[in-house]
Amino acid sequence: MAAGMKAAWPICLGYIPIGLALGVLAQKAGLTPLKIGLMSVFVFAGSAQFIAVSMLSSGIAAVSIILTTFVVNLRHLLMSSSLAVFFTGENRLKLTLFAYGITDESFAVNLARLREQSPDRPWDLNRSIALNQTANLVWIISTAAGGYGGQFIPEKAFGIDYALIAMFICLLIYQLRARIHIVTALITALFALILSLVLPGNGYIVPASVLGATVGLILKRRIGSEAA
Amino acid sequence: MTDMEYLALIAGMGLVTYLPRWIPIFFLARRKPPQILVEWLDLIPAAILSALLAPALFTSGAPRHFDITSPELLTALPTFLVAIMTRSLGGTVLAGMVFYWLIDKWV
Repeated sequence: MAAGMKAAWPICLGYIPIGLALGVLAQKAGLTPLKIGLMSVFVFAGSAQFIAVSMLSSGIAAVSIILTTFVVNLRHLLMSSSLAVFFTGENRLKLTLFAYGITDESFAVNLARLREQSPDRPWDLNRSIALNQTANLVWIISTAAGGYGGQFIPEKAFGIDYALIAMFICLLIYQLRARIHIVTALITALFALILSLVLPGNGYIVPASVLGATVGLILKRRIGSEAA
Repeated sequence: MTDMEYLALIAGMGLVTYLPRWIPIFFLARRKPPQILVEWLDLIPAAILSALLAPALFTSGAPRHFDITSPELLTALPTFLVAIMTRSLGGTVLAGMVFYWLIDKWV
């Protein structure tokens, strides 16, 4: 448990400013801190919540907000699938609890830990759940706190806005284990760049990742094991 | 929007968020998936992380436009170096924050 909570700190550091910012926006949209916190409990998905709050403030119908949330969070299908490989035959109640906390950030940290686990760096489903729940708790508190007066926190304080980007940079480095991963990352970056210029929000993530990984797999199978 | 309508809204949002997180792990973890799917899924994390990063570094504004002069990209260069050399997640996060703060102050 303690190990899972400890490993969550880079995520938490990144969640605090984003959560506060969401809370401030939600308050401006007329939501109470309780309502903001409740949304974080039910949804726990940063970008979808930002979109939902802005749609709420422009009076868009609930059905549209729910549909948008669905599309924005579809990328977790891919993340959940990648994690499944490590949890063959695990307790299904625990998997059900774990699934609730799969975000971009917890996915990437858990995956790196699962892959690099060793006797002196053990990692398992219990630790993954502890990591998810710690990040989730910090998220809920940050978003609700933002509703109470997050606007008093100075912007860009201590470079904290860069915490999640830096975390993703390091996690990407962890993933580049063979030449095929580097090739896949470069191809996907190109797809993501192009698609992000034409698709709004984070709609580019799923198509870019699927295209990039598929092209990577085709290349790997064509060239054979020497390139991988 | 009444309180009940708001509750219904976030319950709906919660459901459509939870199902894509739950279905693959609940059903794929039952037995080993076919080899080609395993190989594809092996490439997915590198792809997703790259997809999350590339627009954050190489574009700015809303709607986005191509931009290679952002402080985010400039900060990424030393941050990548720290990540490659130390392979430390916490160290990279702290270094990235310091670089970003310094670059924001001086550039």
